[in-house]
Amino acid sequence: MIKFLTQVGRYVLLLKKVFSKPEKPIIYYRQTMREFIYLGLNSIGIVSIISFFMGAVITLQTAYNTENPIYPSYLIGLGCRDSIILEFSSTVAALILAGKVGSNIASEIGTMRVTEQIDALEMMGVNSASYLILPKLVATLLFNPVLTLISIIVGIFGGWIAGTLSGVITSENFIYGIQYAFIPYYITYSLIKTVFFAFIITSVSAFQGYYVDGGSLEVGRASTKAVVFSSVLILMFNVILTQLLLS
Amino acid sequence: MIRVKNLNKSFNGKKVLDDITVTFEAGKTNLIIGRSGSGKTVLLKSIVGLHEVESGEIWFEDTLFNKLSFEGKKRIRSEMGMLFQGSALFDSLTVEQNVRFPLDMFTDRSSSEKDDRVNFCLKRVNIINSNKLFPAELSGGMKKRVAIARAISLNPKYLFCDEPNSGLDPITAILIDELIKELTEEYSMTTIINTHDMNSVMEIGEKIVFISDGVKNWEGNKNEILTSDCESLNDFVFANALAKKLRSSE
Repeated sequence: MIKFLTQVGRYVLLLKKVFSKPEKPIIYYRQTMREFIYLGLNSIGIVSIISFFMGAVITLQTAYNTENPIYPSYLIGLGCRDSIILEFSSTVAALILAGKVGSNIASEIGTMRVTEQIDALEMMGVNSASYLILPKLVATLLFNPVLTLISIIVGIFGGWIAGTLSGVITSENFIYGIQYAFIPYYITYSLIKTVFFAFIITSVSAFQGYYVDGGSLEVGRASTKAVVFSSVLILMFNVILTQLLLS
Repeated sequence: MIRVKNLNKSFNGKKVLDDITVTFEAGKTNLIIGRSGSGKTVLLKSIVGLHEVESGEIWFEDTLFNKLSFEGKKRIRSEMGMLFQGSALFDSLTVEQNVRFPLDMFTDRSSSEKDDRVNFCLKRVNIINSNKLFPAELSGGMKKRVAIARAISLNPKYLFCDEPNSGLDPITAILIDELIKELTEEYSMTTIINTHDMNSVMEIGEKIVFISDGVKNWEGNKNEILTSDCESLNDFVFANALAKKLRSSE
């Protein structure tokens, strides 16, 4: 318990350091742009591929589980839309990003720690926590909602392709289904969750990397811990946020 | 001049530095020597503020450095340059971006002035036509030289080097030693070097401090080191076969 509280305390203190005033805003701006590419743009591919196939599978599974004349076929489109907006594009995509972006952040910062690059920054008088972590936080907080929107669009597109090509639903019915009883707030709900999850992924992974002590073995462990802790926290906050935002 | 008074430091209850008091002289190459694990790196990192000390004082001229706030330390740190054991170049930046980093962070010079300074520093350490290379593309000796160029880019008053020639072949190691000595004289810096390389000691050691198990056992210069009666120092200095042979033939 004491160890857990110590870790929480260190995490809070690290965040305090991260959110202190940047030394040279222009340098932080450049770093943030770099992180937009590394953590944001470079994730579009994996998010799109997974979203496409998940949308396809959701459509096919919904179709095979609702093979009943009582249910109108447009419900397949509606089911695909709501599954993707409410859960897949925010939570499942966040879990995927925890694996890709989280391990990347933890190993990058961890390697900088064990090769004394963080000491070199501190030695120069640079607030290393802020310099290394703040641009990553800003980039993921701003770009992950974009990834979520891309995931929603590609996921529904994947569902439409799978549904129409397999013949389980006509194109008209699918499009009618994704428009039927649409609640715009679901998008807001999904984006709010995404922002929380982006903060969890980046800050927890950066924390794991920043306090690595040892060598390459410890960097690997930190990377694994970053993914595990981020994933557990994402699932936990998913429950809390769903209760708060949808109840 | 840097003065260290009664410095103590422990890790998990194990004393690593025990009441160290020493003065490092201005404009000279000051060497901290000792066996691996003797506390050299901890002493150096404590002096520059990378380790918090338990007790004791670290003075940079008339400023008590270890009691300063982060901002106060930042002011003194702008006068420091440091060469780390593994060079500690930023992997994601090219050679010229590494050297330019302190200039971007702490000066308001124009871009062309910064370029001039970067080129001057790289030329001074004999790095030519490598500006666009990344650290992963450099040899060990080149990395050390680029790290020295970064360390001197802000014209520091103090230069700290942690094992500057570790992992280098003897010839490159001598070149790095000579470069550090030349720069120390050229810029009248107070240079502190951690080493266990006796070649460095005999080549550039103007003031030498010997540490054993976290305790300062001896201090003097390179002329005095061979005739010292300090037993632990003699064990260290005459550890290798060649030195033993030379000593027995005298």
